[in-house]
Amino acid sequence: MPEPLIFEISRPGRCAVALPEPDVRLSDLPGGLGRDDLPLPEVREVDLTRHYTHLSQMNYGVDTGFYPLGSCTMKYNPKINEEVARLSGFVHLHPYQDEETVQGALFLMYYLQEFLKEIGGFAAVSLQPAAGAHGELTGVLMMRAYHLDRGDAKRDVILVPDSAHGTNPASTTMCGLHVVEIPSDARGNVDLAALEAACEEHSDRLVGMMLTNPNTLGLFDEHVEEVTGLVHEHGGLMYGDGANMNALLGIARPGDLGFDVLHYNLHKTFSTPHGGGGPGSGPVGASERLADFLPAPIVAVDSERSDDEVEFYTFVNPPKSIGRVKAFYGHFGVMVKAYTYIRMLGPEGLRRVAEYAVLNANYVMSQIKEIYRVPYERTCMHEFVCEGHFPDAPDVRALDISKRLIDYGFHPPTNYFPLIVHEALMIEPTETESKETLDAFANALLRIAEEARTDPTLLHEAPHNAPVRRLDEVWAARNLILRWKPE
Amino acid sequence: MKLDPEARYAKTHEWARWDGDEIVCGITDHAQESLSDIVYVELPEVGEVFDQGDPFGVVESVKAASDLYMPVGGEITAVNEVLEDTPELANQDPYGEGWMIRCAPSDPAEFDGLMDADTYEAFVAEEEG
Repeated sequence: MPEPLIFEISRPGRCAVALPEPDVRLSDLPGGLGRDDLPLPEVREVDLTRHYTHLSQMNYGVDTGFYPLGSCTMKYNPKINEEVARLSGFVHLHPYQDEETVQGALFLMYYLQEFLKEIGGFAAVSLQPAAGAHGELTGVLMMRAYHLDRGDAKRDVILVPDSAHGTNPASTTMCGLHVVEIPSDARGNVDLAALEAACEEHSDRLVGMMLTNPNTLGLFDEHVEEVTGLVHEHGGLMYGDGANMNALLGIARPGDLGFDVLHYNLHKTFSTPHGGGGPGSGPVGASERLADFLPAPIVAVDSERSDDEVEFYTFVNPPKSIGRVKAFYGHFGVMVKAYTYIRMLGPEGLRRVAEYAVLNANYVMSQIKEIYRVPYERTCMHEFVCEGHFPDAPDVRALDISKRLIDYGFHPPTNYFPLIVHEALMIEPTETESKETLDAFANALLRIAEEARTDPTLLHEAPHNAPVRRLDEVWAARNLILRWKPE
Repeated sequence: MKLDPEARYAKTHEWARWDGDEIVCGITDHAQESLSDIVYVELPEVGEVFDQGDPFGVVESVKAASDLYMPVGGEITAVNEVLEDTPELANQDPYGEGWMIRCAPSDPAEFDGLMDADTYEAFVAEEEG
């Protein structure tokens, strides 16, 4: 049975903490500022504790089970990250402190920048953006600033493949630029002929291209260097969406493949909690050409204040910076966790992350592909996309399969994305899962495929074992109720 | 898949049909079926002018948001305001009460270049693979 809302367990006059009678004179708020119609919940401490404990027990997270949500990289977040982020020297910092008093934090930010430069193959990194889509916005603003700085104001087109992350066209539009969509070829790569035609057509208007590689089909673009070369030939810049970096760590560097700017998702690739569990962080790496445009400030070594023994770190503004994109210095707590993760694994460990992520995805794909059609069947990277429907069970859809997976104790994969796959199920197991878990998940999918034929109602009515049954998404979308109101 | 024999069809799954001097447009039965339950339809203002293939609106379902493209170019003369509160009409009756826009076509020949019902049916079958 669902937990009632906190407002529904409220009773007039109850409170969690009884304050003593005031021993100073009470002063009223100035006229008109007070209001007595705020329906704040009135509950006892024990009811409050039970309410939120119940909610936490109903929660499903990567600490409770397998979470193969494609393109979200829901890997296990090692607890040492939390330990380090809670060190009092980090927790009690204030962003207005003098630089001299926060050298430890600046050291961490400086070396995180350095690590990300090395991992991505870039000349400079800014840690400012708050998360992935914010990193995209930042990168597109930098590309635009680069062209404007050269006095080239007529460029306003960004090419986006149909296998890109959905946020790519949104970021382009947010920057006042126009999206031109590029189709995929039969192997799931960018269609080179279509790309060439689009580059020719928009040559003098081309800001650049946004490419997610591996793309949302979980496929590494086999022509990535031809793609980046073509865009550069036409004066455009290459934006890389680093959401899928988990497949590349220690193996391929986007900077070496011709990307000029890329955002990292520290909260995906570098194991910090996300998806309701914590904030993101979307640092941006830039090639030599774009480094001067990075958002300010970034951390640098102040050589005048350093000596042979100790480096002194300071904030600097890149000379042609697009400015600040975030208050203060970005999501510092996430940076601490990502730095810890990188230091715990080291270069070889990071490479093994990518190898196991790719191996696990290919293993799950191999277990189910005879039953779930994989439209672009190639060795996949860290994730793959299959079709969640069967010709001999036409009423069963990807949504039914997803909901039925909940009954088997698994978080559903991403569904209905990418749009170029019919009834898509996008599965990303990540490197942190054992073979037993992967087998259990694949077996659940195979059993569900049998149920689709023998007992489709079981799927249509799923989930059966969750705190709430099938939610009416259509009703909810058509009848938006955004906050609780008193009866 | 239901088809309207009088309508012509675009590759982007919109239909168009003459009604007097004007052309009425909407999305096809195949399009509404693929989108599943439609929860929101965004339509243009009367008087706006579009070329063939221009996006004129957005249709949103619980699965996806998709642009709507002009099957023929022209000036918008009416939009189906009923869809604002009852977008499900585009699911229930895509060729009738679920119509989306009427336009005064700028080049009637564009209509003749669209697919007829049989050709569109074959096109969908091929697309479905």
